[in-house]
Amino acid sequence: MTDADDEFVPEKPDRLWSLTFPPLVWAVHFLASYLTAAIWCAKAGPQAGDADPVRVAIAAYTVVALTLIAVFGWIAFRKHRTGEATLPHDFDSRADQHRFLGFATTLLAILSFVATVFTALVVVFVGSCH
Amino acid sequence: MNSFPTQSALDPAGQGAESIAQLFYWMSGGAALIWCLVIGLAVYAIRRPQAHHYRLTRLLVIGGGAVVPTVVLTCLLSYGLSMMPELQRPAPEGSLTVHVHGVRWWWRVEYLGPSGQPIATANEIRLPVDQPIEFKLFSEDVIHSFWIPSLGGKVDMIPGRTTRLKLHPTRVGQFRGVCAEYCGGAHAQMNFDVVVSDAATFERWLADQSAPASEPETDLAVAGKAVFSQRGCGACHAIRGTAADGLVGPDLTHLGSRLRLGASLLDNTRQNLRRWITQTHQVKPKVEMPAFEALPEDELTALVAYLEQLK
Ligand code: HEC
Ligand SMILES: [Cu+2]
Repeated sequence: MTDADDEFVPEKPDRLWSLTFPPLVWAVHFLASYLTAAIWCAKAGPQAGDADPVRVAIAAYTVVALTLIAVFGWIAFRKHRTGEATLPHDFDSRADQHRFLGFATTLLAILSFVATVFTALVVVFVGSCH
Repeated sequence: MNSFPTQSALDPAGQGAESIAQLFYWMSGGAALIWCLVIGLAVYAIRRPQAHHYRLTRLLVIGGGAVVPTVVLTCLLSYGLSMMPELQRPAPEGSLTVHVHGVRWWWRVEYLGPSGQPIATANEIRLPVDQPIEFKLFSEDVIHSFWIPSLGGKVDMIPGRTTRLKLHPTRVGQFRGVCAEYCGGAHAQMNFDVVVSDAATFERWLADQSAPASEPETDLAVAGKAVFSQRGCGACHAIRGTAADGLVGPDLTHLGSRLRLGASLLDNTRQNLRRWITQTHQVKPKVEMPAFEALPEDELTALVAYLEQLK
């Protein structure tokens, strides 16, 4: 808002990059889950019936992915809350850019979290290669 | 044969179709409810004279716009996924297995006999009621999709791969199956008949189908058999028990017992059989069988008499 506001902003300029981290985690989780299932089922075949190793692997990916998304989300949320400013963070200042980036990343983190849970939900219900 | 077989996923006659219909009703009911709510709110927003309460509108936008859809989608996804294992589970070992090949624009059907010998037929699938049946699906050219809406879901037939489907009919009756993936010119006429009967009737039918073709008895039919071989029909069609062993077109060994002709296009009557042979391309444009327009009347009559008695 004001120039004095800039004291809340860290030295390093913000990177637009960080916006993509939560969706990137979702994408990697999605790919890893599907690749694991496809490869395991192609090798072991549907004869094997139960796909428990796949379920365990995807459970592990999911824990890692959700943790990462939560961490990115938390960092972003703190950026959004720097200083006293309220939404929509649309002033042409370093501080508001910082907050805006944080807010947008927070929303994307929530979306990525839900999407990752949806991906994992498949193996909660489907436990075989059929 | 003028009964209209059903072809509606909302008139289920099999376990798969029952779950799918249930899912459809839940989704339609839910959609109707949400639609009423949204339209109701829109009307309220327009009609209300005073300013809207700020906190309440925010709550509504975040709650109704983000939280509620997420919850609804999660419920629907879970409900749909919970149906998958049963729908995808193969029929138990030893169940009746039927092989179906999609061919432009008809269906090659193969049952396995008691001693494992294949029993070929086409464009008609008969099934016993109240037991799971395993289908192995193939394609001989492009992608087709095998679908009997009244019995269950659809599964693609992919060249070079074997796909599978389990169906479990729960009601005796006649149903229609379709190709559900555009596959070229006569795609819309690529259908088949499904007859679900009690187990004893089915077994009798299968035993009949496994036998070679009956020898023609009348003079006319004997003459027809000669026409069939002289005109080269046997290059494309097989009639087991005769020299005809073509694989390009449908097996005709028991053509006379089928309900319809040309992949469920025409009722199987004498008149339609004549039309099929002489006006093939008017009846089913693009079809991969040459029309025998110039066949002399006496040959045609004999040929049809022969085909009719292949019960
Ligand atoms: C070039 C190969 C070819 C020749 C020759 C041929 N047919 Fe066909 N025939 C086909 C094909 C392919 C079909 C499947 C058409 C479709 O429904 O798409 C067919 C379908 C049929 C059917 C309908 C079968 C069913 O289950 O619906 C009959 C009956 C038939 N042919 C009779 C004959 C007779 C009789 C002759 C000889 C006069 C003949 N065909 C010659 C290829 C051939
Ligand atoms: Cu088709």
